[in-house]
Amino acid sequence: MNPEYLFFLLIFPGLLFTAVLGLSVGWIDRKVSARFQFRVGPPFWQNFNDFFKLLGKETIIVKEGIHSLFLAAPFIAFATLAFIATLIGMALFFSRGFGGDLLVIMYLLMVYSVMIVMGGAATGNVYSSIGAGREIKLLLADELAFILVCLVPIIKSGYQVNLEQLLLVQAEQGVFIGSVSGFIAFVIGLLCIQAKMTLPPFHIPEAETEIVEGPFMEYSGPPLAFWKLNHFMMYVILPFLLILLFMGGFNFQGIGILWAILKYILIIVLIIIIKNTNPRVRIDTALNFFWKYATPLAFIALILAVLGV
Amino acid sequence: MNSNTIPVGPFHPLLEEAEYFNLVVDGETVVGIDLDIGWMHRGHEFISEQKTFTQSIYLVERICGICSSSHPIACVHAIEDVDNIEIPLRARYIRTLVGELERIHSHLLWMGLAGHFIGYDTLWMWAWKYREPVLQMFEIISGNRNHYGMMRVGGVAKDVDAEKIAGLLEILDMVEKKMAMLAGAANDDPVIKSRLKGVGVLKHDDAVNFCAVGPTSRASGIPADIRKSEDIDAYSLVDFNVIVMQNGDVYDKLVLRVLETLESIKICRQCLQKLKEVKGPIVNNVKEISPGEGIGRYEAPRGEVFHYVRTDGSNRPIRHKVRAPSYVNIPTYAASCVGIPIADALITTAAVDPCYCCTERSLRVYDNKREPMQIDLLKLSREKTERIRRDIYGR
Repeated sequence: MNPEYLFFLLIFPGLLFTAVLGLSVGWIDRKVSARFQFRVGPPFWQNFNDFFKLLGKETIIVKEGIHSLFLAAPFIAFATLAFIATLIGMALFFSRGFGGDLLVIMYLLMVYSVMIVMGGAATGNVYSSIGAGREIKLLLADELAFILVCLVPIIKSGYQVNLEQLLLVQAEQGVFIGSVSGFIAFVIGLLCIQAKMTLPPFHIPEAETEIVEGPFMEYSGPPLAFWKLNHFMMYVILPFLLILLFMGGFNFQGIGILWAILKYILIIVLIIIIKNTNPRVRIDTALNFFWKYATPLAFIALILAVLGV
Repeated sequence: MNSNTIPVGPFHPLLEEAEYFNLVVDGETVVGIDLDIGWMHRGHEFISEQKTFTQSIYLVERICGICSSSHPIACVHAIEDVDNIEIPLRARYIRTLVGELERIHSHLLWMGLAGHFIGYDTLWMWAWKYREPVLQMFEIISGNRNHYGMMRVGGVAKDVDAEKIAGLLEILDMVEKKMAMLAGAANDDPVIKSRLKGVGVLKHDDAVNFCAVGPTSRASGIPADIRKSEDIDAYSLVDFNVIVMQNGDVYDKLVLRVLETLESIKICRQCLQKLKEVKGPIVNNVKEISPGEGIGRYEAPRGEVFHYVRTDGSNRPIRHKVRAPSYVNIPTYAASCVGIPIADALITTAAVDPCYCCTERSLRVYDNKREPMQIDLLKLSREKTERIRRDIYGR
């Protein structure tokens, strides 16, 4: 194997880059949320400190349940996310892709949610199992809408599933978010990633005041550290995916750098605003919302995309 | 514990207080609830019987960190009831003022916690930010943010000086503006409405059968309020309305508490205006309490609080019985929590307002620099009092 690929996977744009950027953006989220709520917020290094502190803590394993699955889940999820980050980053930063990588990403993102379910269900704890059940329901709720959202750029680019080709088409014809169908799909996509990251109003599986962090309840030490890290890595992966699909990716020449940062900040700010202005919805409300409103809207976007609007 | 029972407590992030109930669930739906209270037995009644009357007033103040003037008011009423002691008019206004300010801060505290329980942390922080000026008013009036030590048998312990009143009225105006904003938010916000409307309904009949008190009963259409029905303190001398809602759901309890807070602000303003005019002593000197028994009732923020005292002519009660409002409100869970999802059941349990105390000021922030706790709290609180004194009534 080419050692170059190892660099891509482990350093840039894969594991290390995503983890560091994710933790930093996680700080922005915490800081802005704090200012929203008249608090001071944590210092910049807080997320890093939390991560390294947890690495040094004891891992407590409950007697019941499947230990191997319980311990493997966070690391499998971490590996999956690192791989997705590499795929997206390769297309964004080096314009490299392979046929069908968008489909792979759609599958792998589901693996992450499935791992939360596995890890939560493996403990036998009543809160965790309820959390895992809620995670499945949330996955069922947002997955179809998310797939439809991903199909819109595919159709608009003339049935390309290659990320690099999607970027090329957008560079030639203008970004997809500029069209009606693209804009609708982008908005639905934003709500879907809110659900995929289990941020308010969709932090139903974790629901601290109801089921005490749900699937993550029994985790401690390094596995918990990796769950936290996974969560922050999603702050990079999903916005990058939206930028790639709808906003024409990044252009690192001259003023393009500023645009690249602005695109990313815009999505993060939208996420934070939604997060801070909504209470947690019930799981049935979330299902209702996605199946009655988001999915049909995504369908409309799809039809519009086929019609070329 | 079988797999379809969810334990909430004895320690659970929902309540942060030792309270324990098991939710029997079928999937996400609650089909039964098993209440188990008594994890916080502190023997207040027994200790009170070892103390003198004056001491026991300070003791009952510590039953609850939030109702820390409702219990003393009910207690002094009970002791005064033994000998039918009259209290001066000025003291009546001060008691009413303190009681109503407590209602404002307690309802704001609940609103914040309710926001936290439904995962709306922004509402939590905002409500508690607006609660802060009320605590400052307490600091100006009594010197303490919580546990004011204002009540005495026969009157109150501390006068409200004339030069403080203008500053207090100013803060009250500010709080009223913020409350009006929160009331608008509760009325307009579609997300809060859809989340809380129709959730955890306590029907009128159930409220009657379970003897619910306070906001819990008033949200179910029972116009029960000790402040109106009993002639206590200055409530018969001020103008206010008893808010009653009909639906009995959590949303109605939220709106009811917001509106009640606005009424309390109205009462406080009238009391402060009256305190400018009414002169006279603030306490009648009570030498001794004759043998007998007496009851005291007061409308605490959570409902009716009831104190019973029996005396034998000595300087201490031989029996002191306390009934706090949560004691009768908690069993209503059995009527309101069954048949709804877990997510709704937990906010329903919180909607009767279980109470806890948070008095620590552990961090101060100056110009975005944070100073940790090592510097002593006393110095901090003195500095803050000085600052308030300078800001509010320029001394």
